[in-house]
Amino acid sequence: MNKILKIADKEFTSRLFTGTGKFSASEVMKEALLASESELITVALKRVDVQNNEDDILTHLQHAHINLLPNTSGVRTAKEAIFAAELSREALGTNWVKLEIHPDPRYLLPDPIETLKAAEALVKLGFVVMPYIHADPVLCKRLEDVGVQCVMPLGAPIGSNKGLKTQDFLDIIIEQSNVPVIVDAGIGAPSHAAYAMELGADAVLVNTAIAVSKDPVAMAKAFKLAVEAGRMAFEAKLAPIKNKAEASSPLTSFLN
Amino acid sequence: MANFITLFDTYNWDNTLESIFNKTTVEVENALAKEKLDLEDFKALISPAAKPFLEQMAQKSSMLTKKRFGNTIQMYAPMYLSNECQNICTYCGFSMTNKIPRRTLTDAEILKEVAFLKAKGYDHILLVTGEANKTVGVSYIKNAIKLIRSQFSNITIEVQPLDQEEYELLIENGLYAVLVYQETYHREEYKKHHPKGKKSNFNYRLDTPDRLGKAGVHKIGLGALFGLEDWRADSFFTALHLKYLQKTYWKTKFSISFPRLRPHSGGLEPKVEMTDSDLVQLICAFRLLDEDIELSMSTRENEIFRNNIVQLGATSISAESKTNPGGYTVEPQSLEQFEISDERSTEEIVKMLKGQGLEVIWKDWEHFEAIEK
Repeated sequence: MNKILKIADKEFTSRLFTGTGKFSASEVMKEALLASESELITVALKRVDVQNNEDDILTHLQHAHINLLPNTSGVRTAKEAIFAAELSREALGTNWVKLEIHPDPRYLLPDPIETLKAAEALVKLGFVVMPYIHADPVLCKRLEDVGVQCVMPLGAPIGSNKGLKTQDFLDIIIEQSNVPVIVDAGIGAPSHAAYAMELGADAVLVNTAIAVSKDPVAMAKAFKLAVEAGRMAFEAKLAPIKNKAEASSPLTSFLN
Repeated sequence: MANFITLFDTYNWDNTLESIFNKTTVEVENALAKEKLDLEDFKALISPAAKPFLEQMAQKSSMLTKKRFGNTIQMYAPMYLSNECQNICTYCGFSMTNKIPRRTLTDAEILKEVAFLKAKGYDHILLVTGEANKTVGVSYIKNAIKLIRSQFSNITIEVQPLDQEEYELLIENGLYAVLVYQETYHREEYKKHHPKGKKSNFNYRLDTPDRLGKAGVHKIGLGALFGLEDWRADSFFTALHLKYLQKTYWKTKFSISFPRLRPHSGGLEPKVEMTDSDLVQLICAFRLLDEDIELSMSTRENEIFRNNIVQLGATSISAESKTNPGGYTVEPQSLEQFEISDERSTEEIVKMLKGQGLEVIWKDWEHFEAIEK
């Protein structure tokens, strides 16, 4: 049994967080997300009708172990992000927010300046802020300073399935962070997810790789297993990588 | 700041067309093997040399579209607000010289049409007018946007080109996107098809996306009207325009539409034919050039074409569109701008999409900027 992950006041058995975009049908989405055993599922505010009790996405996510994580995808500034967060707190009854500010509509790369501004304001307003950011170790520390409850650095451009292209920076972030580190974006295969966990990430967020797979339910299970395996390996302490065999005639044996 | 016209003027139509027709099989193969394509690759993919590679292009286009957009299609509905127009456009049913009854919807009529579209499930709307400054100028459009804003997450307009300040005013009032098609990038042909009215000013129209970018609109829709001139050259210039705009206005989203000339009252025969195969080739070429561009497909195209194109690269479609003001409920019998080809109901289209494993996205926007008001 892996260690429980705690973020703010919530505890998570599963370290696989998921998303709701790109599925072929809401039923498929529900089945896949249940198969993933994910307990934190992000949903884009722009995609749901928060005024509508029968919104298709939201009704399919009503399940005892699922916590909704509204995200601010689509906003371009800190001001819009704060508005979106307040809208979601009021309508969805959660003070958790995945802060996504990507003014660039092509690669959806996060704006570090607006994100830091919004994070500071949202923490003051009582939100549990989960910021989606570049794998920038300094920005992570700045965000920690303003009180975010975790950081969500990207592994590669969102939706790219390219894996952990930012590994060198993720290593530094994981080493330095006092809040959970969740690798978000770019994870395209269960092996990427397992690897992120082995590196010591506290959780991963996966959406496209599950939603766009030919069999989203099976892929969701594969990710679940990979994340568990990777975490287990991390907790069990991986043996160090050695480039060469130990020399048979040590240079310091004369000291004995 | 420089604008697109400066760049555009360094190109020559005939040379561009010649260079497209000179593309070779090897250049097509190279373009297909690349991950990031440039405009020379795009030329190869729209060239006759790429025809034997159409299936390969379609497979790649489908895969890239699914990766980016998932198994989804967005739906929107056009709503014509007015057919009054002071332009002469040789191909358009609303052209000033066409003797048709003119109508501009009142607030009450707009709301009646809106109620019809809301009942169908639409949340993204495209407002269309002709070009008649006195009746359907900025204040009319602003009023229409304000009137319907609470009912639609996403409001797009396709109206006469406006000045930057006018766009800024409309954006403040809830405008999300603007579609403005150049019709043709062939300067002389453009003049022939637009002999009179404000639209006859080629440069003002060509400069419109720049004004929109400066005004900070969320999305700009580009396109050429296929049939007026060679579709390959017009598409190259559309792509050139797109690439320029993406670099200059990096916060703006873009979409491409592919209107082919349709029959209308007082009609014009296409000068250059564009076959179904050509259109598929072009759509795939745009997807290969740009993974994230929205590609829109209207009811101008027929059932079979639309049933298939939703798997090939298109990301948003309309259904049961009416191209006459009041066409849904107020005055269904009035003359249309053009005849649509796919007349299936919204329900039928949704069923068709679901049957193909595609989730319909009705809502993909929120007025997050509302706090500014």
